[in-house]
This record gives sequence, C-alpha cells and structure tokens, in this order.
Amino acid sequence: MAYVPLADQDDAHAMHDPQSFVAKYIWSQDHKVIAIQYGAIAIFVGLIALGLSLLMRVQLGFPDTISWIDPAFYYQAVTMHGMIMVIYLLTALFLGGFGNYLIPLMCGTRDMVFPFLNMLSVWFYLVSVIILLASFFVPGGPTGAGWTLYAPQAISHGTPGSEYGILLMLISLAVFIIAFTMGGLNYVTTILQARTRGLTLMRLPLSIWGIFTATVLGLFAFPALLVSAIMMAFDLLLGTSFFMPAMMELGTQNEHEGGSPILFQHLFWFFGHPEVYIVALPAFGLVSDVISTHARKNIFGYRMMVWAIIAIGGLSFMVWAHHMYVSGMNPYFGFFFATTTLVIAIPTALKVYNWVLTLWQGNIRLNTPMLFAIGFIFTFVHGGLTGLFLGNVVIDVPLADTYFVVAHFHMVMGVSPVLVLFAALYHWYPKLTGRMFNETLGKVHFWCTFLGTYAIYLPMHYLGFLGVPRRYFEMGNTDFIPETAQVLNANISMAAFFVAAAQILFFINIFWSLRNGEKSGGNPWGATTLEWQTPDTPPKHGNWGDELPTVYRWAYDYSVPGMEKDFIPQNEPGEEYEKSAHHKGV
Amino acid sequence: MSFYRDVTKKPWNTVGLPEGIEPRPAFNMPNEKVALIFFATCASVLFSLLVVSYFIRMTVGDWVPLATPSMLWVNTGVLALSSVCFHFAVIQSRKTGTVGFGSSAGILSLAGGLLAVAFIAGQYSVSAQLLAAGYGLRVNPANAFFYLLTGIHVIHLLGGLWVWGKAQLRLALGTDVKDARLSLELCAWYWHFLLVIWVVLFYLMAST
Repeated sequence: MAYVPLADQDDAHAMHDPQSFVAKYIWSQDHKVIAIQYGAIAIFVGLIALGLSLLMRVQLGFPDTISWIDPAFYYQAVTMHGMIMVIYLLTALFLGGFGNYLIPLMCGTRDMVFPFLNMLSVWFYLVSVIILLASFFVPGGPTGAGWTLYAPQAISHGTPGSEYGILLMLISLAVFIIAFTMGGLNYVTTILQARTRGLTLMRLPLSIWGIFTATVLGLFAFPALLVSAIMMAFDLLLGTSFFMPAMMELGTQNEHEGGSPILFQHLFWFFGHPEVYIVALPAFGLVSDVISTHARKNIFGYRMMVWAIIAIGGLSFMVWAHHMYVSGMNPYFGFFFATTTLVIAIPTALKVYNWVLTLWQGNIRLNTPMLFAIGFIFTFVHGGLTGLFLGNVVIDVPLADTYFVVAHFHMVMGVSPVLVLFAALYHWYPKLTGRMFNETLGKVHFWCTFLGTYAIYLPMHYLGFLGVPRRYFEMGNTDFIPETAQVLNANISMAAFFVAAAQILFFINIFWSLRNGEKSGGNPWGATTLEWQTPDTPPKHGNWGDELPTVYRWAYDYSVPGMEKDFIPQNEPGEEYEKSAHHKGV
Repeated sequence: MSFYRDVTKKPWNTVGLPEGIEPRPAFNMPNEKVALIFFATCASVLFSLLVVSYFIRMTVGDWVPLATPSMLWVNTGVLALSSVCFHFAVIQSRKTGTVGFGSSAGILSLAGGLLAVAFIAGQYSVSAQLLAAGYGLRVNPANAFFYLLTGIHVIHLLGGLWVWGKAQLRLALGTDVKDARLSLELCAWYWHFLLVIWVVLFYLMAST
C-alpha cells in the first residue's frame, strides 16, 4: 500500500475536540493529556520511593530509632526505591511524560500517529504501578532482593517477599514493558514518519533526538528484562531451573538443579546498562535545548551532538558486563568491557564540552531552568569521572561493594537526570499551563536541591574509600571502619531530610502558580522550537489550528548576526540560502 | 540512503524548503508498517536472547536433549502453509484490487488465519503429549526451554491473530476495507517473520 501524504491523511480524530470530562481527561487520546497522566503517576510513585529512601537514611544515620525498620524492611525499601526511581519514575517521566508532550509539538503534528495505542500505554503503565504497589500489602511484603533482583537471592526462601512480592514485581515489570513498547512504537514512528513539512531530521531539536534514540534503546533493551522476568517466574512458579542452582535454603536442600545465576546477571545487565542511557539520553537532549535557549546561543556542534547521541546509544549495548566485574568472569572479558566503557566516555565528554562551549560567551540568563541545567553539568561531570574509576577492573574490585558505587550512580543517574527533570519542568511549565512560576521560589528550590544533594553524595565517596559496605542494614562488627563514619552517616541523613523537605517548595510553586502565576504568553523565553509557536497556550486539542506549521530553518537560530530579534522561530520564513552567504562574510 | 543523506546535512546553513513543500517521512511506507518493523526487531531481540540463554544453559552438565516429536514437522508445515496463504492473499488483492469477504484474497486470508489456529492447536497437543509422557518442566532444562520457546512464539502468533480477527470482521461487515487490506498486508509480513523465527527455534531444538 502506498504512502499517503500527511496532508491527505484523515485527521478527524485530531481535530475532533472531545467535550465530556471523561473523554477529555480520563480516556483521553490527546498526547498532552496522556503526557500529564504519565507525569502525574510517575511523580506520585517517585514520591513513595523518596519516602522509602528517607526511611533508609533514618536507619543508616540514626540506627534503631524507628523500631519497625528491621533488616527485612530495609532491604524491601532498598529494592523498591531503586526499581521505582529507575523505571517507574525516570523512564516513565522522560519518555512517557516529556516524550508524549514534546514529540507532536516539536515535530509539528496534531498528535501521535497511533493515539489509541498511546492511551493504552498510559493505562498499562498505571496498572503496572498498581501491581507494584500492591506488593506492599501481600503476605511477606514486597521483594527485598535488591533492585537487580539477582537469582538465586530473589526467589530463595528467607529473602523478604520471596513468594508473592517477587512475583508481583515480575508481573509489574512485564506489564510496564508492554506499556513502554506501545508508547515506544508511537514515539519512533511519529518522529520518523509524521514530521511537518520542512522539518528534516537534522532540523529536529536535540530533545527529540535524545527521546528518539532512548526509545529505540528501550525497545531493544527491555526484551532482555522481559526474558529474565519470564524465566525467573518459571523458576518460581513451575519449579524449572533456568537460574536456580541446587543449594541449601534455610537448612534444607532446594528442588532446583544446575541453574545459572550468572545467566540472569548477563540478561539483567544487557537491559540494565542501556537503561542508564534510556534515562540519560532524553536528559541530554532536554538540557541541550534549555541551555541553548537561555544562553541565547545556538547549540555548539549540533551535528556532533546528534552523532554523539547515536554513538552512545550504540555503545551502550556493549558495556553491560562492567556491572559484573566481581561475578568471577574471565579477566579478558573484563578487559574488553573496561575498554568499551572507556570508549563510551568519548562521545559523552564531547557532549559536556559542547554544553560548556554553548555557554561560552552566551548571553546567559540565570533563571531557574538554566540554573538547574548548569547544575546538571556539574553533577554529571562529577558522576562521570567517578564512573571512569569504576569502569576499570582493578579499581572496581575493591570499591564495588562500598558506598563509592552508591555515590557514583546517584550522582550520574539519580541527581543528574532529576536536575534535568526540574530544568525541563520549569522550562516547559509556561507552555503547559500558560502561567509563569515564581522565580524566587524556583531559585531557592534549586540552591537547596543542588547544594543539598552534594552534601548527601560527596561524603559517600569518602565512606566508600573507608570501605563502608553498601547494602548493609547496620555496620555490626566492622572494626576497620572508624566511628567517625557514623557521624558522617548522620550528617548525610540530615542533608537527605533537608533536600526532601526542599522539594515541597517545588510543589507549592507549581500549584500556586497554576492560579496566581503571571500570564506567560505563548513564548516567554523567546525560544525557536515549534512548541513555543502554537496559536494557543496551553495548546488546544489538535495543537495547530487549521494548518500545520511549516519549518524553514533549524532549531537553534539564536542571536543570528544582523537580525533584530535574538531568535528566529523555526516556522519563520526566510530567503533560501541567505544564511550561508551571510555567514561567509562573518 | 535518504536516511544517511538526512543525518549528514549541515542544517544551520540552509533556510527555506530545499526539499519542496510536501512533508517527507523517513520511510516511504504506511506508519503501521514502520511500527511493525520496529516491533519485529524488538521481538527478534527477545528471541535472540532466549537462544543465547539456551546455549549458555546447555553447557551446564545436567542437560538432557529432548527427542524431537515428529508432530512438530507437521506443525511446521501447517505454519508454512498459513504463511503461503497470506502471501498469495496479498498478491491476489493487488492483482484483483479487491479484498472483500468471499473474494479470492479474502478466502486465502481466512484460510491463512485458520491454519495458524491449527498450528497453535498442534503445538498445544505436542506439549500435552510430552507432559503426559513425563517430560515435565522440572525434569530437565531442555524440556523447560521447549515449553518456554514454543509458548512465547505462540503468544506472538496470538497477537497476530488478534489483528487478523479484526480484519476479518471488517471484511465480513464490509466496513473500512482500506484498513482491512492494510491489516492483511501487515499480517502477511508478520506471519513470514514468525515463520522464520519458528524455523530457527525448531532447528535449534532439533539439532541440540
């Protein structure tokens, strides 16, 4: 069947504005509503994970203050905190939330290409979250196997939640993967097929490139998690021995034989490492747009940035075993993965240089989104550098089970993406609501969060050097650790409580500003990309009024020499090839 | 390679519409087909990982290969026939321009789907026989892999049958014939893909 040009396609759905409350806000097929649904669920479940981390910090900083935090609960909290933050918050918010909101707007379309599938995606996501949270209420509670769910630990008797908790976790992950696949097929197809006229791939904003590549990674990486989840469920329910070896459980011989726990680790990390980039690449993209807009400068090395995103995406499938140096693998294997790990630092460093060079001599506006974006560069460089340590086998082996690793991955994939999320939420808030947020409150929120997270994670590196083991409920008889480590731990906990409390400012700000914020107008930042050029703010159903926009230029025409305004929107016509002639003279 | 040409451009140098006023998708095919290609790639990754796991698990000493039930050859034939039916249904629909219920394309596609249902029933009966003969999941990992691989393959086929069922319904009611025709083309494509996957899995299990 031949391709039907966009202009001839039936856009009855997109133009038909649903009127009833249920059609408009509940069973909505509008990408903007779906984005908000994704965002709201993700932030809600993220707050639960935040609460769990605070309970862990209470135990670590002030042992045995809360009587019901026992070792079992501690491990359950560790597991649920990790899994929720990585998958149900970050993946869902970046791709489901920002992906859904920005793709059709930035690509100049009325909606995603498969709106019904998109609606199913968000509902499946909600179901997966409900199943996950249900595990708090089943006998034995949620699983306490650690967020990596390693076999044989996860389904051995004696591990918290080894009967129902782990099963609900596996089911929830499978449902999440189905939801992600439905959403993901929508994102890639929309970006590839439905861009408006004039919007070539190389005119796309980097946000879209980041979301696109991350979605492709997700589509190819999540099957690994699905396979391991299904096989683990078989081991648990049907008594097979894919991962479960013969071993003693609670003093009795188990009924399994010959299963390979290493196989589980390989499958898990074949998903797990790309997952880091599924979170990081959209963050890279969004932060590029925020930095360029608020520095009033075109992004430095656009084409390099695109290729770096693609290169990182490709390489991310070749580094997974660097999470497994201490699993007893062949040293040559370790050498290979250490090399690929260091190679991936090249495109990543390139991106960091390009962000800094975009700031260089820019007309920088230090408003809230920009502060968060610059904060991200700091935390990301910091977490990236400790990644170089851990990427090398000889340094990783002594540090692998210490707080150094906790500090590293929280810096690089906890704090950094969250700072980008805040940058992006503040940046696109005016488009989402038509109101400005309170700038002062935003800045206070930034400084509390930025300095506070450093107060949490910087000392953890030192705890790691001291050899303080991670995953421990309490220190016990670890004589080599000085008592001052406990003082440091108490301080870290205080910082964590402070940072958590500071997030209230964010919620006060966004809810207060919904009614009381200054009217923002359509394009308060003077941004070039299409979503700021919609006829209505917030954009109405169908996004673009009667006619789709036409794109005449790339996404980064800021401070073009000889122009009156310091930005030229993508849909503003211009003489063909005028710039190349002009630029030669500059 | 227009995709390659696209991503090697220098976008900051050009203003205007150098490629004309029409929007240009990356691939000159319906959106559904692009999505299906992505989905098939995604499913291929899933099956490749299962195959890799199969090989890794095989190296552990307790592996006792499962004797290939001869019924599987019959099932393979049925699935191949199903795929062939879809193939000719598409060719017929292109040739005659009609896909209505009762037309040659319609009948072929109906037969294709029914043969797929027969394949699933066949796979089920093989599993039931093996279980009855004492080749349980717990007994040996080779058995467990047999049920796992055939099961996941059948689940993918059921997804295809869902789309096929909807298309048949549309053909029977005579509504959205254009959509139904696209669905049939996608079914044909997907059936070939699942046939290839099944042949690979069957070869794997029969040869080890």
